[in-house]
Amino acid sequence: MAAVTLSQVRKAFGSTEVVHGVDISIDDSEFCVLVGPSGCGKSTLLRMIAGLEEISSGRIEIGGRVVNDVAPKERDIAMVFQNYALYPHMTVSDNMGFSLKLAGRPLQEIRSRVDEAAQILGLREYLERYPRQLSGGQRQRVAMGRAIVRKPQVFLFDEPLSNLDAKLRVQMRTEIKELHQRLRTTSVYVTHDQIEAMTMADKIVVMNMGKVEQIGSPLELYDNPANQFVAGFIGSPAMNFLPGRINGAGIDIGEGIRVPVPAGATVAAGREVVVGVRPEHLAVGADGLPATVVVVEPTGADTQIFCKLAGTDITAVVRERHEFHPGVPIRLTAQLTYLFDPASGARLA
Amino acid sequence: MSAPGSDSQGMHYLESLPRRAVTVYLPLAVFVCVLLFPFYWMTITTFKPNAELLSREGNPFWVLQPTLAHIEKLLFQTSYPQWMWNTVVVSVVSTCASLAAAVLAAYAIERLRFRGAKPTGLAIFLAYLVPPSILFIPLAAIVFRLGLFDTRWALILTYPTFLIPFCTWLLMGYFRSIPYELEECALIDGASRWQILVKIILPLSVPGLISAGIFAFTLSWNEFIYALTFVSSSETKTVPVGVVTELVEGDVYHWGSLMAGALLGSLPVAVLYSFFVEHYVSGMTGAVKE
Repeated sequence: MAAVTLSQVRKAFGSTEVVHGVDISIDDSEFCVLVGPSGCGKSTLLRMIAGLEEISSGRIEIGGRVVNDVAPKERDIAMVFQNYALYPHMTVSDNMGFSLKLAGRPLQEIRSRVDEAAQILGLREYLERYPRQLSGGQRQRVAMGRAIVRKPQVFLFDEPLSNLDAKLRVQMRTEIKELHQRLRTTSVYVTHDQIEAMTMADKIVVMNMGKVEQIGSPLELYDNPANQFVAGFIGSPAMNFLPGRINGAGIDIGEGIRVPVPAGATVAAGREVVVGVRPEHLAVGADGLPATVVVVEPTGADTQIFCKLAGTDITAVVRERHEFHPGVPIRLTAQLTYLFDPASGARLA
Repeated sequence: MSAPGSDSQGMHYLESLPRRAVTVYLPLAVFVCVLLFPFYWMTITTFKPNAELLSREGNPFWVLQPTLAHIEKLLFQTSYPQWMWNTVVVSVVSTCASLAAAVLAAYAIERLRFRGAKPTGLAIFLAYLVPPSILFIPLAAIVFRLGLFDTRWALILTYPTFLIPFCTWLLMGYFRSIPYELEECALIDGASRWQILVKIILPLSVPGLISAGIFAFTLSWNEFIYALTFVSSSETKTVPVGVVTELVEGDVYHWGSLMAGALLGSLPVAVLYSFFVEHYVSGMTGAVKE
């Protein structure tokens, strides 16, 4: 187990820079999730940690050792790929023991370590099968088994659940988290799914366009997003954004509707702002902001109400049961609001 | 991909027997007849006595009094067994050497991403397009200078000039179908480039190697122009050249022995194809399925 530190890491393909000076420090035993939309550079960053992609400048350290010019096999890491990358011509046990065999370990040791990993992952009865004879979830487990037999310092996961169906994904998510709690191996996990990030991570790194937007624990990012991008990316359904202008103690958001300025905010009068409200922080009541219901989606546990407020589409999530029909006017109260700068997206309050 | 159910529905119109006869069996029967007729003709000519061969009477598509005289003449009065052996040696050695070179070339071009890899691949393909009927003149000069004229080495060393480009091109396509992640994973697992090639890429490319091998083998087995130019004595000839040069005397064609030579000469390739036909087809269509 080891800490991983990235300092001012950059990556350019020709003249196009795709990762712009990233600083991340991942503690020993930590489960760190890199999350962001596709093309944000998170997979490239992971591949640079693995040594599959050269870094253009900066420094990557694993366990205090600079690994910029160290070959992948010398980095003491294991990686789980999105499509599992199981060797199709080898059985499950050969797949899992391949790295140990290459390292010239005695047959006895290989067998016992493969057995141990198979035991942990519930793969013992599949050891003699070929990857093509396994289901998606089982292949996923073999890919993880291949990683854990080596007892590496760091696990790297590149969107390992995105080829699975929704139900299996939730199950495997729990299994990976459980495995991490058991082995305590430092893990770096790449995903574009913010729910995966929220549920699994000790630390989340939100990336966008090759830059780190914010680093923090899941709840820190949820409660205190540093900017509009993080606020919109973390949380499901996504935060609602309403453009407006400061006017005294309130904000005009159009159609004569005013929202109160959040307590403690010091923003100059007349300034253009973006008001952010999470769907779960909107409550339906007898008074409040006037909105019109567009679509109602009950999920059982709660109800998502899509409505129009001052010409903007917004979503509210309520736990109590209401009988709403499209076109009906309702009143919404925002219990917690955020303010962002419309140009830079920076958080104002 | 659609579900199997909808697939069978789509082809449902083929299921009644009369329709199947017209759409499937009749075209197949025509193909089979056209393809097998030369074999049939070779076979009956091999067993026809000369009298029947030259007679204008009777049925030309049948043998009335089969004879082994032509085969006997071929095997015992010409160097046919020696030609056969030469053809086997030349084809096997040049095919193996070409495959080995082509595997390395194709892997390097496809996966090592060195500068100029793509133009190199293209250049190799263009080399394949130069016809042997142009190349044999300069090659003859080289063969002569190296002192290889009229030896089996003359053929073993010149056949790779067209086998390597062909095999490289075919294997490049096959290697391309093997996912990159497998190699990256092996790299992290601690494999060297050589180990990746030997333990991951080659085992997965067996169908590709078989189809390249069969193709190369057939090309060198049937090669005519180099064999005609670079060897002259009867002991070094290959089957295609030996049969044509020694069983045609002036304007006398020994049809029976000629056909016997052609028939025996085409059997090894036919047997080889029938053994590997499944691998061969999947080699041509490519793709590694996990």
